[in-house]
Amino acid sequence: MNENLSVLGVFSLLSVLAVGGGAAVLPETKALVIDTHHWLTDDQFRDIYGLGQVVPGPNMLMVMVIGYHVTGFLGALIAYLGFFVPAGAISLGASRLWDHFEGSPWRAALQRGMAPLVVGLMAAGAIAIARTAIEGSMTVAIAIAVFLGVYFVKRINPAILVLGGGLVGLIALR
Amino acid sequence: MSPPVPADAAPPSAPVGRGAVGLGEIFVTFLVIGATSFGGGVVAYLRNALVLQKGWLDEERFLSALEIAQALPGLNATNMAIIVGDRLRGILGAIIAFLGITLPGAALIMVLGVAYASNANNPYVNAALIGVGAAAVGMLAAVTLQIGRKQLGSLIDVAIILVTVGLVSFLHVSLLWVILTVGPAAVLIYRPRKGADAVESDPA
Repeated sequence: MNENLSVLGVFSLLSVLAVGGGAAVLPETKALVIDTHHWLTDDQFRDIYGLGQVVPGPNMLMVMVIGYHVTGFLGALIAYLGFFVPAGAISLGASRLWDHFEGSPWRAALQRGMAPLVVGLMAAGAIAIARTAIEGSMTVAIAIAVFLGVYFVKRINPAILVLGGGLVGLIALR
Repeated sequence: MSPPVPADAAPPSAPVGRGAVGLGEIFVTFLVIGATSFGGGVVAYLRNALVLQKGWLDEERFLSALEIAQALPGLNATNMAIIVGDRLRGILGAIIAFLGITLPGAALIMVLGVAYASNANNPYVNAALIGVGAAAVGMLAAVTLQIGRKQLGSLIDVAIILVTVGLVSFLHVSLLWVILTVGPAAVLIYRPRKGADAVESDPA
């Protein structure tokens, strides 16, 4: 029961902090899940993040697997609701308000100012995942290859590159 | 009801076809997006389905919804589903669209998560997931650079990005404090100024 409440608390907090999307909240997710609550090891976190990459839809659905590791299916459901409902409710309310501020110079300032913050948070998210996922030259090579593929080959489906990374890992790292 | 709008803004409210779109159609549309979109590409899938195929939003309204989705907490994909669902059919539409876009991935990740829990030490599973994790780093870096590219031309933006990364990644400051300090500071830097009608030095 107590653990379920912790799951709800952690993921609701992450939900309202996820300004700029899932990647922005990765460092904080890692800190809370691994260091604060000891729900997962570093390697498990990396693996579960990987699972989130191979399923369609929002990749932060991985929070369900984290919840499942804490208290089973109930934990998964609580993590899902905790992570998506608070931010969803804010979006719903704010998008209705937003239109009323159409043309407001402060709305423009908000967008203008938040844009670099979001980019910084995403970069920090990439660094957080790199710290657990990059070990050895093969992982560096995979990361660079996928980076080049996504950045320069616009028409490629990122899912194919991610699954390709998994296949290379399976062949080279087992 | 609304203040005078600049020429580039879509007219407020008057959602495209409210009431005309069935809840079932909303659910199925977002279910398909949820089942077929991967990684950082979800915006492209959304645009393709909502603007090009269904015509529920025009290009401008899509971009304005996307701006809101990106500025608020939560994932772009789920925020977009909620905002568009709300504009089409109110709160019920928002809930239906959200469930549609998350259910396929939620079902699949639970299957994988349960399988993983009993195979967490399988060397093949670990090797494949190490590869996937490495690929995810590359993808995240590329998506970050794609989104952040236009900020790199502004020294102020680069400074905000570096301060944010430094606080989060190297000083391990709690995200709550980073958002509460850097966020308002960044908005103040770009605050509306008298005399200058446009926000200063937008490199876009």
